[in-house]
Amino acid sequence: MYVAVKGGERAIDAAHDWLARERRGAPELAEIGNDQIAGQLKLATDRVMAEGSLYDRDLAALAIRQARGDLIEAIFLIRAYRTTLPRFGHSVPVETAAMACIRRISATFKDAPGGQILGPTFDYTHRLIDFALLAEGAVPPPRDPETMPHVTGFLGRDGLIEAADPDDTEPGDLTRTPLSLPADRALRLQALARADEGFILSLAYSTQRGYGRTHAFVGELRIGLVTVEMEIPELGLSIALGEVELTECETVNQFLGSKTEPAQFTRGYGLVLGQSERKAIAMSLVDRALRWKELGEDFTGAPAQDEEFVLSHCDNIQATGFLEHIKLPHYVDFQSELELIRRIRAEALKQGTADTTEPEDRA
Amino acid sequence: MTDLQMTRPLFSVRDLEKRYGARIGCTGVSFDLYPGEVMGIVGESGSGKSTLLGCLAGHMAPDAGTIAYDGRDVLAMSEPERRRMARTDWAFVHQNPRDGLRLSVSAGGNVGERLMAVGGRNYGKIRDTATDWLGRVEIAADRIDDRPSAFSGGMQQRLQIARNLVTGPRLVFMDEPTGGLDVSVQARLLDLIRGLVRRMGLSAIVVTHDLAVVRLLADRLMVMKGGRVIEAGLTDQVLDDPQHAYTQLLVSSVLQV
Amino acid sequence: MTDQAYNFAYLDEDTKRMIRRAILKGVAIPGYQVPFASREMPMPYGWGTGGVQVTAACLTPEDTLKVIDQGADDTTNAVSIRRFFQRTADVAVTEHTRDATLIQTRHRIPEEPLTEDQIMVFQVPIPEPLRFLEPRETETRKMHELSDYGLMHVKLYEDIAKNGHIATAYDYPVMVEEHYVMSPSPIPRFDNPKLDRSPALMLFGAGREQRIYALPPYTKVRSLDFEDHPFEASKADHACDLCGAEDSYLDEVIVDDAGGRMFVCSDTDHCAGRRAAGHVGRLGAGTEDVK
Repeated sequence: MYVAVKGGERAIDAAHDWLARERRGAPELAEIGNDQIAGQLKLATDRVMAEGSLYDRDLAALAIRQARGDLIEAIFLIRAYRTTLPRFGHSVPVETAAMACIRRISATFKDAPGGQILGPTFDYTHRLIDFALLAEGAVPPPRDPETMPHVTGFLGRDGLIEAADPDDTEPGDLTRTPLSLPADRALRLQALARADEGFILSLAYSTQRGYGRTHAFVGELRIGLVTVEMEIPELGLSIALGEVELTECETVNQFLGSKTEPAQFTRGYGLVLGQSERKAIAMSLVDRALRWKELGEDFTGAPAQDEEFVLSHCDNIQATGFLEHIKLPHYVDFQSELELIRRIRAEALKQGTADTTEPEDRA
Repeated sequence: MTDLQMTRPLFSVRDLEKRYGARIGCTGVSFDLYPGEVMGIVGESGSGKSTLLGCLAGHMAPDAGTIAYDGRDVLAMSEPERRRMARTDWAFVHQNPRDGLRLSVSAGGNVGERLMAVGGRNYGKIRDTATDWLGRVEIAADRIDDRPSAFSGGMQQRLQIARNLVTGPRLVFMDEPTGGLDVSVQARLLDLIRGLVRRMGLSAIVVTHDLAVVRLLADRLMVMKGGRVIEAGLTDQVLDDPQHAYTQLLVSSVLQV
Repeated sequence: MTDQAYNFAYLDEDTKRMIRRAILKGVAIPGYQVPFASREMPMPYGWGTGGVQVTAACLTPEDTLKVIDQGADDTTNAVSIRRFFQRTADVAVTEHTRDATLIQTRHRIPEEPLTEDQIMVFQVPIPEPLRFLEPRETETRKMHELSDYGLMHVKLYEDIAKNGHIATAYDYPVMVEEHYVMSPSPIPRFDNPKLDRSPALMLFGAGREQRIYALPPYTKVRSLDFEDHPFEASKADHACDLCGAEDSYLDEVIVDDAGGRMFVCSDTDHCAGRRAAGHVGRLGAGTEDVK
């Protein structure tokens, strides 16, 4: 019997109750705490902060819990909350040279002032499941962070890498102004910083495989705390708002030169909230690939070079919403197609041209 | 030719220059093109002939000089005006038909696009016109619903020509129209182009490195080297009695047709 | 009861002002897609965030809101959006088309003619009618600027050449005041004629794509076609099995394992109204209790 039309209200209520039960899991087990998520699933929390583009570890942990561990859903919760927050202004550019580093490596120089610090990395762990984690284990004591100069600064001193001059232009804000193309680099970096890690990773990988190759070296990768400052015009000074943890990657890329300008390396840049070096490295590769026009390179048709393609598809909240909306009812549009295809078939059959060959795909 | 000289030029170019930074693309180019006249531009690759064609057809902006079409300053036109002109009065035949065709659209749709762009709204008439034009470029009428991706290179090029000429333009730019085709196919295509140009009274500017093409199509000729026109004149005159050393070299290095 | 943590209708007043400016610009240039700084809403992109923002910017406490999805007031997403505004704006809601001052819709226009006192808000997934012909925004904006619509007709031409018909059944492109080609949102083409010279203000919101566009009252809207293949506002060749209406858009419902079908009005308010007035369709008698 026909009951599909009514019942939407009750169905939604029931779904919400069910979801709440599932979220809690087995009631005989202790509920997981926010601080446990923030502390022990820190990298998941960091990803939610980065792609949610809101630096609030507790909120990110709460979102992960509410989202039952679905990180994109958690990012969505953060974004929806973030958009309701008032904006006071923007900070002074953070000084990553003054970063208190817990990790700092360079793939271009064996050593540089400050040295290489491996820090808390998975890099040289053997990916063997550690069954000892099932039991509690003792951990080594923490190590103090250090500050150290940028490696690319040494290249810059000799003019070996393109200059990255400070720019006081107020950057655009993707969340307050509709994206218009072509976008400037500041806006592109903004979009990449909150872009989906998987998407950026795959794009960066594609440049390494030849789709928009940029011959990148990791000039420096560093993770650590920086102070965020904001200028208060009324006071005529800048005040420190607090510290955030960042991952920064600077790549040194294929060089350019001409008869008038001597050859120089070029730069790619990645900066991500929290600790995510995969994202930061990938971002710097994609940033570099997108700079083909200003550097006078050819557009080879590679996806990573295509600004409109990259910026239009890098946001996982937009992507997941639109992707999943196809599970909403489409009775009406489907019905209209059904009606049309029946009519076209009926006419074709009537005309006796009833060959049922596959119709060509639509242009 | 004297009749032509009496009328006003259709297309006038004065002191055209295009630079790529310090490098010269083309410079000091001036000429007049009269209604019904075909101008050939020859030179080897890097001579500036493609840059010149790009500037003339509005694909790139020259750095200096003037271009007048039918008495109007082309470079001062607004983009809408220029686009409208590009799809009515002008036509551009690319060397690679893939650049000038929509490969996922049927042959009929390719020919019909310009008609629809200028307001054609009768399906039957558009189809009739497309069929007629396929015939004129020697493509069988029953290929009208096939996509050009299934066509041979020569057919694609003929389809591109039909697509361009269907709205009856007055000025056609051609960039190596026979490049990349087999010699036998080239000859047939050249014949076809010559017939269409003469019958429709078209003015045309043909860029090529192939002297046989200009010998057959062009009334007049400009020879380019290093971004400059080094010799110009009636085609037969230039080819039979080249004055400039470079032209002599060019002429002597190819088989006469 | 409104949710005190949020402003009236959720969005802050600055954001609403920004959206209203975009709406006004859209009204001033019918059919033109106005970029706007779409906010991240607490519902997914593609689920009506554009419509919700336009509605939020237009709502006043005195409004009566109706929300439909596929023509029905009780489909889950319609319920969800209606609840959102009940919660954040505490406005009166209705299922009756004639009682509503603002109707947010996805994929349908109500059967009952609209009036000058009503605003229709459409949820739009892809505002660009040229998108699947030319994927680049930079290029499509230029095509609109120059009214360069040959390509749009090439698509229609190809449909006829291949199928004998224009094979666009929904989201059928329209020409607004002989200037801009516009997407009417994925309404069935049956609804297209309702756009032409409608007394109601029609607003279109695309959240993910950050576009708003509008048809002010009595705007001329023409569905694209060829002289010899004119536009047809078609529907299934049946009457509603519940209310007997022959002129309303129908949903097809599979009713048994053998693939048996029934056809019912997609506009549930229209159908209920007709049945209340005594109209009975082929299967209408046995279904009173399932409302």
